[in-house]
Amino acid sequence: MSNNFRLESGEGINQTEKISFKFNGKTLFGYKGDSLASALLANGIHLIGRSFKYHRPRGILSSGSEEPNALVQIIKDKDKAKTDPNVRATQIEIYEGLEAQSQNCWPNVKFDIGEINSIFSSILPAGFYYKTFMWPSKLWRKYEYFIRKSAGLGKSPTEKDPDKYDHKYYHCDVLIVGGGPAGITAALMAAKSGNKILLVDEKPEFGENLLSSSKENIKINDLSPAEWIKVKRKELLNFKNIKTLNRTTVSAYHNYNYLIMMQNLTDHLSENEKKGKIRQRLWKVRAKKVILATGSIERPLVFDGNDRPGIMLSSAVKKYLNFYGVKCGNKIVIFTNNDSAYETAIELHNKNSKVQAIVDIREESSGDLPKKCNELGLKIYWKHTIVSSSGHTKVKNVSVMKLSKDNSVVIGKKINIKCDSVAMSGGWTPAVHLFTQSGGKLDFNNQNFCFYPKKTTQKQISIGSCNGTFKLADIINESNQKTSEFINQNVENKNKISEPKEGDLENIWLLPSNKALGKTKSFIDFQNDVTAKDIKLALREGYKSIEHVKRYTTTGMATDQGKIANMHALGIVAETTNTKMGDLGTTTFRPPYTPLTFGAIVGRNVNQFFDITRRTPIHSWHKKNNAKFEDVGQWKRAWYYPIDNESMFDAVQRESKAARTKAGILDASTLGKIDIQGSDTSEFLNRVYTNAWNKLAIGKCRYGLMLNDDGMVYDDGVTTRLNENHYIMTTTTGGAATVMSKLEDFLQTEWPELKVYLTSVTDHFATVSVCGPHSKKILEKVTENIDYSDQNFPHMSFKEGSINKIKCRVMRISFTGELSYEINIQANYGQSVWEKCMNAGKEYGITPYGTEAMHLLRAEKGFIIAGQETDGTVTPIDLQMDWIVSKKKYDFIGKRSLYRSDTAREDRKHYVGLLTKDPNEILEEGAQIVAEVKNRPPMDMIGHITSSYYSPNLNKSIALAVVKNGKKLKGKKLFVPMANKTIEVTVSDPVFLDKEGTRLNA
Amino acid sequence: MFIIKCPYCGERDHSEFSYGGEAHINRPKKPTELTDDQWAEYLFMRKNIKGIHYERWNHSHGCRRWFNMARDTSNDKIHSVYKIGEKPPV
Repeated sequence: MSNNFRLESGEGINQTEKISFKFNGKTLFGYKGDSLASALLANGIHLIGRSFKYHRPRGILSSGSEEPNALVQIIKDKDKAKTDPNVRATQIEIYEGLEAQSQNCWPNVKFDIGEINSIFSSILPAGFYYKTFMWPSKLWRKYEYFIRKSAGLGKSPTEKDPDKYDHKYYHCDVLIVGGGPAGITAALMAAKSGNKILLVDEKPEFGENLLSSSKENIKINDLSPAEWIKVKRKELLNFKNIKTLNRTTVSAYHNYNYLIMMQNLTDHLSENEKKGKIRQRLWKVRAKKVILATGSIERPLVFDGNDRPGIMLSSAVKKYLNFYGVKCGNKIVIFTNNDSAYETAIELHNKNSKVQAIVDIREESSGDLPKKCNELGLKIYWKHTIVSSSGHTKVKNVSVMKLSKDNSVVIGKKINIKCDSVAMSGGWTPAVHLFTQSGGKLDFNNQNFCFYPKKTTQKQISIGSCNGTFKLADIINESNQKTSEFINQNVENKNKISEPKEGDLENIWLLPSNKALGKTKSFIDFQNDVTAKDIKLALREGYKSIEHVKRYTTTGMATDQGKIANMHALGIVAETTNTKMGDLGTTTFRPPYTPLTFGAIVGRNVNQFFDITRRTPIHSWHKKNNAKFEDVGQWKRAWYYPIDNESMFDAVQRESKAARTKAGILDASTLGKIDIQGSDTSEFLNRVYTNAWNKLAIGKCRYGLMLNDDGMVYDDGVTTRLNENHYIMTTTTGGAATVMSKLEDFLQTEWPELKVYLTSVTDHFATVSVCGPHSKKILEKVTENIDYSDQNFPHMSFKEGSINKIKCRVMRISFTGELSYEINIQANYGQSVWEKCMNAGKEYGITPYGTEAMHLLRAEKGFIIAGQETDGTVTPIDLQMDWIVSKKKYDFIGKRSLYRSDTAREDRKHYVGLLTKDPNEILEEGAQIVAEVKNRPPMDMIGHITSSYYSPNLNKSIALAVVKNGKKLKGKKLFVPMANKTIEVTVSDPVFLDKEGTRLNA
Repeated sequence: MFIIKCPYCGERDHSEFSYGGEAHINRPKKPTELTDDQWAEYLFMRKNIKGIHYERWNHSHGCRRWFNMARDTSNDKIHSVYKIGEKPPV
């Protein structure tokens, strides 16, 4: 197919640079500067895709980011698995190698099976999901499969995105959004003040709408709009304090003038030029002042069959004609309620497109352009409306009828007009999206039938047509005046502007038809397939709030966020309910203004940069020795160390056995460590832990349980008194940061009188924990200047020594229940100390064990893990740890809550041990526990399993659990129902091994 | 995304701070002398108002100091920022 519809020239394209691209597999060509939409139109292609619900053929409606219909799938790297769905054909610029496909159709866009939905549309009304598929609920899964398959937009990629994305922060004095006549005028004015200015626009060039304006009808300082804008663009280059960004869309406008914008850097480049470049950049801009010059969006008219390919917005038809040099048809009908479409008619007529007729719903117009059309001999049907259209994949005929005096019905004879395109204009809607996102309030203008900015809450102004100012002369004057006030800069700037006088607009939200409303398909939301009758139905069914109507009908909820649809939906609701538009309000505009890619949102934070990875100083040893790692918060912890092809189970069993019979070594460097100094530290510890701390002697360690003020266990760990006023606290690995914050909070806000100073030293020390019957002998070989005799160095005490003259702290504390020592040394010596221990322990069979074996070993001893046995609903009493809760202390965090009526209840869930009837049966962590088994659920669940292992030291399965009233159930049989069987268990004490603690002194 | 004026460091971006809930709820000095209801009042009850809200903030990615702020919840305007222990502005 050749460029049959191409004119000799267009402002925005370069006809010397031919570009070939593919659409639905067919190779076509266009020119540099073409959008995909303009290139397709030049090839006579109007049918782009199928609609969301009814699979109706859809074409190109607009020429910009408001496009609801012409969404395509872009294939990247010639790989269908790497693709961008829902790309607006009106926004993407063609490039050599571009490959685009229609969406939501099968087997192809011309013949689409899903179109059968259109025939059944009467049974697919608004809210049909809620009505039809609610019953029987069992079948929903079946329905869902077909609904998901038949309704929808593009396909998601199945391969990883090959592109790179970027983030950038930017600060400026004035941000100007929109580079049309208003934005450019404001930028030049603001630039003279010397401020740091950022001017952004979503299009490839500034001032684009003026570039497609009539050359004859409008003059600015004797220049055509296109010439004028070019002069202004040059002027911008003279200012070093202006930064300009094209192809950049402001997605979100937050408070304190914080705006998020997405810049497209390579989407318009050829496949070759794209290589190695960043595709999109997300800008996070903080501006002292913001000028919104976002323009306005033309509205369609709502009549039966207004969605056929070939029926387009009048401004878009003009832009394709003048900017891209493309005729949208050879026989065009203009349909309007205002004067702006007459300019399109004149331009079409001048460029040899036949204007079949102009249909105007108004009685008359006093404007200059309609007069000119009359002089040109164009047929104008005043006070007429289109009542229907025909043509399957492209419009070929419209029927026109006269409107009654009050516009409520159509009268007279139907006039059929043949055509291959319709250019419609229903007036203009200011793009107030960013304004309302920023917290601004709107008001309704009854003359132009639009909402416009009324009151802003930020340092911000709106200028130009986004402010409801539509005449070019007014726009430029307003921009000059308001900008100079806004930035306190008085610059004389007079322009001589001549433009045609315009007649008044007349508005009918839903045009009458000769058919009953139920028989019409008058689309409001093209993308979500919402028609006028859907809105009326929602109102009949009792929905009154516009927010409810929106959600029930899904109008305005598509990816275009109702840029085209919202005003008509509001208008019809207001009319039907006899409410004033201003009183009805609008739905909420939410970011993003246009969809942005996940890539841009994520930026560089992918793969290894997704989150911080923390590794211990001994990490490389673990890696070299085949450790499997477990993520604990941001930490990578050695999980287990399989030998050869050992399974995880076997490795953990071997490691756990060795730790009790020979010696085990664990990297405990990830435990949180807080250095606490100050004369009030013991009092401070008294207040934050449940037990008493004032009698802890220097050189001794103590285990502590920390609660929240609600009485629930929050964290635990051992604190050592190093000196008179110097302690070191350990926390759980995951709790380190939050414990630190909580302690700081209390010190700063509740107890500022305490002399206590906290420093997080987690990363400063490596911790090597050696346990087992041979551990003492190993430590003796490794450290210097420490006497390991039980008298000198008993359990729960600390000694300072050295290793190769490097100072170290050794604590004799145990999480495994075995004789156990922890060496703390400056982090960078961690690995050499570990290796030293390994060498020293070789003769005793020292075995490195990971977190899994550590969990198993402590479970044998019934030690809790905060966060595994506890979940924020467990008190120390529930844990049967009454022994650690001081009765003597007047107060500690959480104390008062322990005897609130709910926490003092006797029948709370208590921490217990469970033994399975079959000692080889291992329970599943998280499984529910019942006292009475029924044939099928629901059953009364009285608790759940928190930890479960096979104990190699006891040769049986053991589990920990929280069970309702568990303290009183010891010896009782309970049941754990699983998918395919029920497991019988007996409640036991949670301490399975060495209740007396003799092994600690082995 | 606010700009918050830390009383110790000056104006900084919102992302440097963390929110700490309603301000001026002092932990009772003698919790054991309170009834369940009085204790619950301290522990659970928080205002959820439209208008000026006095709240705690922490400059967690800066000086780590806690301070108080009076913010209008209807438009997020920050009316004042003041140190812990200082009286709230009227």
